[in-house]
Amino acid sequence: MFSIEVKNLTKKFGQFTAVDNISFTVKKGSIFAFLGPNGAGKTTTIKMLTTLMDQTSGEMLLNGFNPRTQSNEVRKTFGIVFQDPSVDDELTAYENMEIHGVLYKVPNSILKPRIEQLMKFVELWDRKDELVRNFSGGMKRRLEIARGFLHHPKILFLDEPTLGLDPQTRNHVWNYIKKLNQEEETTVFFTTHYMAEAEKSATEIAIIDKGKIIIQGTPDELVKKTGSENLEDAFIAITGHEIREEEANSVDGMRLQRRMWTRK
Amino acid sequence: MNAIYILWLRQIKRYFRSRARIVGSLGQPLLFLVALGFGFGPIFEKAGGGNYIQFLAPGIIAMGILFTAVFSGIEVIWDKQFGFLKETLVAPVSRFEIMLGRTLGGATVAIFQGVLVFLLSLLIGFRPELSLLPVAIVFAALIAIFFTALGTALASMLDDMQGFQLIMNFLVMPTFFLSGALFPMQGLPPAVAAIAAINPLSYGVDGLRGTLVGGAHFGLFTDLGILSIVTILSIAFGSYMFSKIRV
Ligand SMILES: Nc1ncnc2c1ncn2[C@@H]1O[C@H](COP(=O)(O)OP(=O)(O)OP(=O)(O)O)[C@@H](O)[C@H]1O
Ligand SMILES: [Mg+2]
Repeated sequence: MFSIEVKNLTKKFGQFTAVDNISFTVKKGSIFAFLGPNGAGKTTTIKMLTTLMDQTSGEMLLNGFNPRTQSNEVRKTFGIVFQDPSVDDELTAYENMEIHGVLYKVPNSILKPRIEQLMKFVELWDRKDELVRNFSGGMKRRLEIARGFLHHPKILFLDEPTLGLDPQTRNHVWNYIKKLNQEEETTVFFTTHYMAEAEKSATEIAIIDKGKIIIQGTPDELVKKTGSENLEDAFIAITGHEIREEEANSVDGMRLQRRMWTRK
Repeated sequence: MNAIYILWLRQIKRYFRSRARIVGSLGQPLLFLVALGFGFGPIFEKAGGGNYIQFLAPGIIAMGILFTAVFSGIEVIWDKQFGFLKETLVAPVSRFEIMLGRTLGGATVAIFQGVLVFLLSLLIGFRPELSLLPVAIVFAALIAIFFTALGTALASMLDDMQGFQLIMNFLVMPTFFLSGALFPMQGLPPAVAAIAAINPLSYGVDGLRGTLVGGAHFGLFTDLGILSIVTILSIAFGSYMFSKIRV
């Protein structure tokens, strides 16, 4: 039984191929790490899986549903923590949680206690009525994570969930993810640049570079195949040493300009 | 609670939390009321148009609603840039419900802004007829919904705030100035009259004027009919464009 099936998935932005004919499957109840250098195409893949972006070609199924043609069924099955901020910072932390709960139709009797439990868990409960605008980067991130856990989806997408969190909080969050995975059989699809996280938590790993999946397997298999000491060395052995400059701000700015009138 | 309600509530909360925005957006209507009302008043009266403040106030109320409504619709661009839009777009809620919640929220805010301008105009010397006030509120609501939905539609096509200036200069300003808000529709040059006649705001201004001071140019039923139809069309257009958003 697969939670996610992807076949020959491709995404082009104009001439540029961001995701290049990738295929993979994610078993139900597994913790799947999608690793790759900056600009490899991870977020783009997640956007296509989560109905935010249309693919150029190829097929996808989430719990048997097609994100393109059955988007509403698909949206009912997953939850996501985005890489980029997505909270409303002119609302309070509590209001952000509440909106999420209502959008996902979490019953009122469950919603209130669960918001309290999750906000205590990420240690934001005593600041629940503060505008998110006043939060630090890490606090905003913790709020995003707590919100992503709120409705207990069947599939949870985590795009660099622990980005910018201190090590204590990172551990803490991972324990929760594993608990959800064990108790509710939640399938977890995550990306990270902390190889230790992937090595410790993932049951399966796929490494993507320049839009192509290069290798796939359990953490142990990857380490063995590359003859490395650990996953970090294996990752570098597979993806090379050069630095990717995809996240440079000037490029982002130019992309924004370009996209202003041309919708994709 | 449902999705439409919670998204409506979000718009309301955001509005009432930014007092600066509320006060700031009263500045322009006040300026128009004072400068035009007192500045052109004597000429208007001499030409036989009657009291200009009486004539002008409904137009400026419409202007307050127009600006706030378009701005509320355009907030979609902010939400795109600050990321909150993604949160609503992945939720298991139809695009139509999301759009409707946002639009009704934005429209409510715009109506409230219209009420503030109305109160302001009372201070300047506006003396409205109150027997048709409920109908005037219906007109205010239609103007508000029409332009919030239109703003949402346009914002759905744009990716950043630079487009906002374009919309203000090439759409909102002409819509306002060529709507009969500032001058009577009688005896206009044919070209201007034609533009005013296809301008939805003209019917909104006319409706407000007809209910608050009397003397509607097109007639209240025509105003109501046309405004209702274009409002439905703009909701349809807005939800179609909104459903096309990809982030
Ligand atoms: N909307 C877009 N228009 C044009 N190019 C895009 C767009 N979105 C992404 N890209 C490009 O697609 C490539 C893959 O981007 P993506 O965000 O998927 O990378 P990523 O693997 O998530 O990287 P990171 O680890 O830095 O988050 C990059 O080269 C990026 O510049
Ligand atoms: Mg990414």
